[in-house]
Amino acid sequence: MNHLPLIIKREYLTKVRNKSFIIMTFLSPLIMIGLGTLIFYLTQLNSSKERTISILDETGKVASIFTNSEDSNTKYNILTGITLEEAKKLVEAKEEYGLLHIAPQADIKDISTHIKFFSEDSPSVTFISRLERKLGKKLTDEAFLNNGVDIALVNDSKMDVTIMQESFTGERSSKYVNYSKLGFGLAAGYLLFMFIIIYGNMIMRSVIEEKTNRIIEVIISSVKPVQLLMGKIIGTSLAGVTQFIMWVILGGIAIVVFSAIFGVDLMAAQAQVMEQQGTLQQASELSAEVKIAEIFQSLPLGNLVVAFFIFFIGGYLLYSSLYAAIGAAVDNETDTQQFMMPIIMPLVLAVYVGGFTVLEDPHGVVATVFSYIPFTSPVVMLMRIPFGVPIWQQLLSVAILYITFTGTVWFASKIYRVGILMYGKKPSYKEIFKWLKY
Amino acid sequence: MSSILQAKDVIKKYGDYTALNKVSIDVPKGSIFGLLGPNGAGKTSLIRIINQITAPDAGEVLLDGEALQQFHIKDIGYMPEERGLYKSMKVGEQALYLAQLKGLSKSEAKMRLQYWFEKFEITDWWNKKIQELSKGMAQKIQFVVTVLHQPKLLIFDEPFSGFDPINANIIKDEILQLRDEGATVIFSTHRMESVEEMCDHIALIHKSNKVLDGKLIDVKRQYKSNTYQVGIASADNSTLRQTLNDKFELSDANFKSIDDDLKVNIKLKNGDTSNDLLSYLTSKGNVNHFVEVIPSVNDIFIQTVENNN
Repeated sequence: MNHLPLIIKREYLTKVRNKSFIIMTFLSPLIMIGLGTLIFYLTQLNSSKERTISILDETGKVASIFTNSEDSNTKYNILTGITLEEAKKLVEAKEEYGLLHIAPQADIKDISTHIKFFSEDSPSVTFISRLERKLGKKLTDEAFLNNGVDIALVNDSKMDVTIMQESFTGERSSKYVNYSKLGFGLAAGYLLFMFIIIYGNMIMRSVIEEKTNRIIEVIISSVKPVQLLMGKIIGTSLAGVTQFIMWVILGGIAIVVFSAIFGVDLMAAQAQVMEQQGTLQQASELSAEVKIAEIFQSLPLGNLVVAFFIFFIGGYLLYSSLYAAIGAAVDNETDTQQFMMPIIMPLVLAVYVGGFTVLEDPHGVVATVFSYIPFTSPVVMLMRIPFGVPIWQQLLSVAILYITFTGTVWFASKIYRVGILMYGKKPSYKEIFKWLKY
Repeated sequence: MSSILQAKDVIKKYGDYTALNKVSIDVPKGSIFGLLGPNGAGKTSLIRIINQITAPDAGEVLLDGEALQQFHIKDIGYMPEERGLYKSMKVGEQALYLAQLKGLSKSEAKMRLQYWFEKFEITDWWNKKIQELSKGMAQKIQFVVTVLHQPKLLIFDEPFSGFDPINANIIKDEILQLRDEGATVIFSTHRMESVEEMCDHIALIHKSNKVLDGKLIDVKRQYKSNTYQVGIASADNSTLRQTLNDKFELSDANFKSIDDDLKVNIKLKNGDTSNDLLSYLTSKGNVNHFVEVIPSVNDIFIQTVENNN
């Protein structure tokens, strides 16, 4: 008799109707977005503080860049005709943010090494580096001038290089495309990681619940353990997918609502961030549309979508059957700790090692090997696929993954059959190994 | 009478520990079969094998003459000692789910549940969650779920624990009625008075071995010691006691009586019949009380277990 649909239905409905599940489904996106907005608001608050600094330029060459200049909430106040000690006292008395002192030196090179900033609290790193950039630029110009170099000529002669990449088969690529490929892989990997941890735990708890409720003996006299196990895994996963879809929908709505309220601020902040990170200047030279089109063209989309589903499902099933086995082996949740590590470890390894080695060399030995090992392959292979992986490698990896899954289900249902009927005994690995032989 | 269930030389080992050592039982159709034994004797192991929760290492189990198979689960109703239901599920939903797992269609299950819920006057529990019910109330649900699919064979492990006397009686009557309607009942319990009252066959498992089985009457016959409980009144009871003591194996008896009797248990000598004893006693005084001492299941249990230790 096939009771699988019945079991799946029950597992799904009990999960979905559970009050905490419903609350979490609706609350999580709100909490996440609320938290994001809060962090954003707080940083805004921080950076919008007005500060004034005084500048004592004893060389008389630099101060000009600060006159009539006011950027990013900082006001500059130029002091002249007083000594350093007097200036310090003055700044302290006026409770200004700090004092920038440029000591008199004959040589430009010496000037650049004799600039000091006095302040009561240590200033922020971003603030100091902004000053450094400003001063460096000015002093460089001065040095050019001293040496009789035409600054306009120098600026004209500056060359930015972006290497365009193309494979022999004509696939075009660039640094940004590679970053976005990696980003896609990482996102998929993290998604799987989160999914396994949240819903794997749910499966484990539901097995433990059946044990503590003592209903398992009634159930198991009606259905085969493998059926119950599969029903649990599938039912819980469907509940997980439901929750996930709800999150995406609610998150989308929430983002729209929030950006309608704070929309202008969001844009402004983005611009500010861009400005601060000078390195992104190059990126902005490429028009956004071109980039996105390029990225989409370069990704093996069809392959990626299919592989995503196959590896995601395979990886999830593999890990959740292990979670179910743990649930069957223990009596209560506190006993699960000793068995958790061996499950979490390969996952963490997959995400981190996968992330680093794939970035380094997507087809290197380490990345390739990890994309075959079933416990890491779902994450690592998904990271590799955007860079183009031969179909036979993907098929081999899928085969290994699903064969291992069959093995773990067999293993889990063995543990299940014995473990679910064991009460009040904390199992050791040795004990579990013995159960396999029953 | 043919058998509904036969276990033949069943062996079950857990690692080095033998839980069942060549245990054979034969449960006749339409009987109430008492499966007895001290704690840890192997009763639950045997029951789990019958329910196909675990498989025997050797030996076979036949249901209605056929080797046990997956589809037989619908012919068996099992109420384990460690009972449980999903705590956060509603009573009605849960009963429907469990009935469907036993192969009933949803509409059929609903109809039968209605019958039982009305019978037990618990229709208003349908939408309650199990965690809102008391233990005894939940047990009632469990009983209904066990018998709902009208199995040929019912297995009850300590069915009365947790019930108050009134509800225990209701359950007892239901079990008897199910038997009368043709079901066979295997009954595992430590409450010997219910075995005495209900079982017609018993088997006793001790230390993984079956040490005793058969019809309850036959077992009792086998264990009787030809002892009679006697209440006799004479002019001088202590002299009479002395006389009897010289002639028979004597022990003190204790029973209620309105007469001022000498109360003793007298064991027959080999070859003597109860009539011989009675006619001898009537010559000595007024016999007010003369009953054969029939060993109780409790006595048989204790005696067998101690003998096998």
